[in-house]
Amino acid sequence: MARPVSYNLINKPLEADISMADMPEGSMGEGFFATKLNDVIGLARKNSIWPLPFATSCCGIEFMATMGSHYDLGRFGAERVGFSPRQCDLLMVMGTIAKKMGPVVKQVYLQMAEPRWVIAVGACASSGGIFDTYSVLQGIDQVVPVDVYVPGCPPRPEAIIDGVLRIQDLVAKESLRRRNGEQYKALMDSYGIQ
Amino acid sequence: MALTNEIIQKRLSEKFPEQLSGFEEPYGMLTFQAPKELNLKVLNFLYDDEELKFRFMTDLCGVHYPNRKGEELAVVYHLHNLEDNVRIRFKVFTDINQPDIYTATGLFSAANWMERETYDFYGVNFVGHPKLKRILNVDEMDYFPMRKEFPLEDQSRIDKDDEMFGR
Repeated sequence: MARPVSYNLINKPLEADISMADMPEGSMGEGFFATKLNDVIGLARKNSIWPLPFATSCCGIEFMATMGSHYDLGRFGAERVGFSPRQCDLLMVMGTIAKKMGPVVKQVYLQMAEPRWVIAVGACASSGGIFDTYSVLQGIDQVVPVDVYVPGCPPRPEAIIDGVLRIQDLVAKESLRRRNGEQYKALMDSYGIQ
Repeated sequence: MALTNEIIQKRLSEKFPEQLSGFEEPYGMLTFQAPKELNLKVLNFLYDDEELKFRFMTDLCGVHYPNRKGEELAVVYHLHNLEDNVRIRFKVFTDINQPDIYTATGLFSAANWMERETYDFYGVNFVGHPKLKRILNVDEMDYFPMRKEFPLEDQSRIDKDDEMFGR
């Protein structure tokens, strides 16, 4: 049986000295390349996400491992952890959020500039986890809209990386008009966010 | 001479004859009850008495006994004599429908936050407390969560299906 963490048994040779993002679809000719603005901006955003860690408990420790050299989230362009919500694109909520902490999460979300994404890491942030009790928020989606949920108690760094990669998919494919649309406005209204 | 539980009990019985009850010594710690109107008098006596000198409040908490009619809520004081290194425990009981108890903040500053916590979780109304409002729970909470009639689980959840959770 494969172990969760195994050594690379199959030696995979480097494809190139520098790994580069794939080119978006488009028409290319001598000295020009035509593609959709949407794709170019998506490509740029996707590979330069600034995460904002909101770590309250053990999932935060897993996140530290994810950021460390062994797992290295920096490989995916999300190396620059910002500690000011104003500059960040991705709110990573990791850990139990008590009901008293709920307004703080919401305020941090409000302080982030659009476009912004949210990832709920771990059982507690996603659903309250084992803390089905009067004092704990039963999932942060009660106060802020969540894009990706990472299950686990706590999730392994691989799972967190997988969650970030799924966020990257969302970021790359998001329409530039999404955040001006009616559907998005209705979503924000449902959370009482202007 | 070392301060023993017998001496403490004798001094208390002399000062408050017939009023204190339930003397026992679980694990060697003297425990007794007093009528709730006397709580400050007993605390003051234990504090001021030159022999007893219980001048440090280590803990103050509440207990809910739903089956004890008329005295559902208990407030427990833990006191420490730092000089002789002796601890005692002292309880008062109150009716849950009128949970008024005199505050100990005048005597022990440590009682301030602990009484707020006891109010927060059990709804004990400490008469004379300078700022009796919730300390740990959210301000919007409209019940006292540690009372036994409230189940532990969060009642606001609608997605927990009893069938799925085997209840």
